[in-house]
Amino acid sequence: MIGVIRSVLRRGFEWIERPLDRLFGPALNPVAQLGALGFFFYWIVAVSGIYLFIFFDTGIERAYESVENLTNNHWYHAGVMRSFHRYASDLMVVMLVTHLLREFAYDHYRGTRWFSWFTGVPIIWLLYTSGITGYWLVWDKLAQYVALVTSELLDWLPIFGEPIARNFVSTGTLTSRFFSLMVFMHVAVPLFLLSAMWIHILHISRPKMNPPRTLAAMTLLALIAVSIWNPAVSQGHVDLAKAPVAVGLDWLFLPLYPLTDLWGNGAVWAFLGAFTVMLGLMPWLPPLRRAKAAEVDLAHCNGCARCAEDCPYEAIRMVRRSDGLHFPTEAQVNPSLCVSCGICVGSCPSSTAFRRSQEFKTGIDLPDFSFQRLRELTVETAESLHGEKERILVFACEHGGGAGHLTGVVPLPCVAMIPPSLIDLVLSKKLADGVAVAGCAESACFNRLGIAWTEQRFAGERDPYLRTRVPRNRLKTIWVSALETSRFEHELAAFAERVAAIPEIPSALPLPQTIASAPSPEPKRMPEGSVP
Amino acid sequence: MTGYLRRTGQFVVILLLFSAVSAFANWPIYRQIPEGSAVVVLTFVHGADRKAECRTRSPEEIAKLAPNMRRVLDCPRGRRPIYVELDLADKNIFRAYLPPTGIAGDGHSRVYQRFVVPAGQYEIAVRMRDTPRTEGFDHERKETVTLVREQMFVVDFRSESGEFVFR
Repeated sequence: MIGVIRSVLRRGFEWIERPLDRLFGPALNPVAQLGALGFFFYWIVAVSGIYLFIFFDTGIERAYESVENLTNNHWYHAGVMRSFHRYASDLMVVMLVTHLLREFAYDHYRGTRWFSWFTGVPIIWLLYTSGITGYWLVWDKLAQYVALVTSELLDWLPIFGEPIARNFVSTGTLTSRFFSLMVFMHVAVPLFLLSAMWIHILHISRPKMNPPRTLAAMTLLALIAVSIWNPAVSQGHVDLAKAPVAVGLDWLFLPLYPLTDLWGNGAVWAFLGAFTVMLGLMPWLPPLRRAKAAEVDLAHCNGCARCAEDCPYEAIRMVRRSDGLHFPTEAQVNPSLCVSCGICVGSCPSSTAFRRSQEFKTGIDLPDFSFQRLRELTVETAESLHGEKERILVFACEHGGGAGHLTGVVPLPCVAMIPPSLIDLVLSKKLADGVAVAGCAESACFNRLGIAWTEQRFAGERDPYLRTRVPRNRLKTIWVSALETSRFEHELAAFAERVAAIPEIPSALPLPQTIASAPSPEPKRMPEGSVP
Repeated sequence: MTGYLRRTGQFVVILLLFSAVSAFANWPIYRQIPEGSAVVVLTFVHGADRKAECRTRSPEEIAKLAPNMRRVLDCPRGRRPIYVELDLADKNIFRAYLPPTGIAGDGHSRVYQRFVVPAGQYEIAVRMRDTPRTEGFDHERKETVTLVREQMFVVDFRSESGEFVFR
C-alpha cells in the first residue's frame, strides 16, 4: 500500500520536476531546492518580523491600530514587510509539505535517513504553532476566529483548570498580559523552530542551506511583486461581542480549523495524534533492507580522507591511526549511517582498476559488492557485447533510468562508485567502444552527491581524476530518472551512433590474465600492519 | 535572447506560484456559522459544595494523627459535580453533570459550550445544582432576550454573588 502511494507520488513529482529541469536547469530547479528555500524563507520571515516589531504595539488596545498604521501609512516599507512576513511564512508551509512528500516519494526517509525524517516531524508542529500565534497578534476578526478555535481545541485537553476560550467570548475579559504571552510565544517558538531545523540537517553532509543566488534573487523579486499586487491586510477590528462569522482563512496554515466544526475537537486531536505518530514511525514501516556497511581495509588505507570528504551521509570520519603504520589517520565507518552507496569505493586511491594482484583489495569496500566483483562484472559484461554493432558498456545507477536497459549494463548502487580508472581500463583495453554512465535525474540524485562527484572527477576537478588520455568522445553521462527510460534509450542510441562514427581506437595491449579471469573470493582481511 | 526569455519564463513560474500562495492566504472565505445566526455560549467556572460535610474528630482519632496533622475538623477535599441545564425557547439544549477538575477532584467544575441559533427572540432559562440536594435547583435564571445576527450571547455564572449573568 505504502509502495503504491510512493510510486504514484513519484510519478507526480517526475511530471512536475522534469519540465522544471528543462526550464530552470537542474541547479536552479526550485523543486530540488526545497530545503534550502525553506531556510531562505525562514530568514525572510525572521528579518521582516524584527522590522515589523519596531512598529508593533504589544498592548491589546493598540495592537490592531499599530498594524493598520504600518500597513496603510507606511505601506511602501513596513506594509511590504508585513506581506513578506505573511507570504514567506506561507511559502515555508508549501516548502515543508512538498519537501516531505518528495522525500517520501523518492524513498529518502528509511534506513540511515530516519534521523532527518524523524527530526522533521517536530518542525511541522513548530512551524504551524509559529504561524498560528502570529495570526493572534494582528487582533483582527481572523485573529478572533483563530483565538477562539485554538483555545477551544486546547480546552478539549484536560490540562487547563479554566477554559481559555472564556477569554474570547465577551469584552473586558482579555488583558494585555495574555496578549504579551502571545507575543512572547511568537518570538520563542520560531527560535525553537530554528533549533529543530538545525538538528534536522545534522546528519547530512554538505546540506543545502542557501538556494543558488539567482534563484534567491528571483524569489525576492517575486515576493516584492506579490506584496505590492496583493498586500497582506487585516480583516477588521476584533469585536468580542460579535462572533467571527465569515473570515478570509489562510488555507495553508489553518486547513484543519474548519474541521473542528465538521468533526469536533476530539476527532481533530485524534487525527493530529495519529498523523504525528504515523509520520514518526514511517522510517520503520516497513524497514529498509540494507546491504552491509562499507568496511575499511587498513592495509590499503593511507588515511587520505577522500572517502570521508565524499561521503554524503557523514558515515566516515578520520581517526588516529590504530595499526602502527606511518600515516597519521585512518578512515572509520559508522555502520548506522552508511547506506552502502559505494561512493567511498569510487573515491579511494586504492581502487585502481589496473592493479594486477590476484586477490584485489581496496582501502574501503562494500562487503556485498566488492570492487573486485565490480571489475569482474565490468569485464564479463563487456565480453557479452561481442558481436554487437556498437559495443557500448553502461554503468547504471540502480535508481536511474538506465538500470532497466537489457544489454551491456553494469548496475551499481550509485554511479560515483565507479573509480575513473575503471572507465580508463574499459576504453584503453578496448573492452568496449564507448562507456555510458547513467545516473538519476540531475536534480534528484538518490545519494545526493553521486552525480556531482562523478562529473567533477570526469572534469578533473576532484580526486580521483579521469585521466586526460581517456577519449571523452567515447564517454557519455546520461542523467535520467527511473521513469524516463525512453529518454535514456534515445540518448544511448544517439551516443552509439556518434561512437560508430569515431575512428577505430589504436590496438590496445591485451587485458592481463589476472584481470581477465580473476576469481571472486570472499573478501578477506589482510593481516593488520601488512603493507600492500 | 534565449537566455533572457528563459530567465523570464523562470520568473513567471515563480511569480505564479507565489501569487497562488498569496491568494490562498485569505481566500476562499470560510463561513463558520450560517448567515443570520447568533451564538449562545454557556460558560462558567464554579466550585460545588464538598462531597461531605466537615466532621469533628474524636480525641482518640486526633491522638493517632501525627502532631502536625492534628486538626479537630476532618473536611474531605473532593467536590460534588455540578448539574446544569440550559433551555432555549422551552426546549432543553444542554444538560450535564460537570465533574470537578483536579487529580483529587477538588477543583472547580467548568463548562464551555457554544450553540449556533438563528437570530430572533428567545426565552433562555438556565438552572444549576451545586449542593447535595437531589431535587430542584440552587441557582436559576429565565429571561426573554433578542439575539441579533452575529451576536455572541454569553451565559455566565458569578460564584461571588451566586447568580447567573446574561451578557
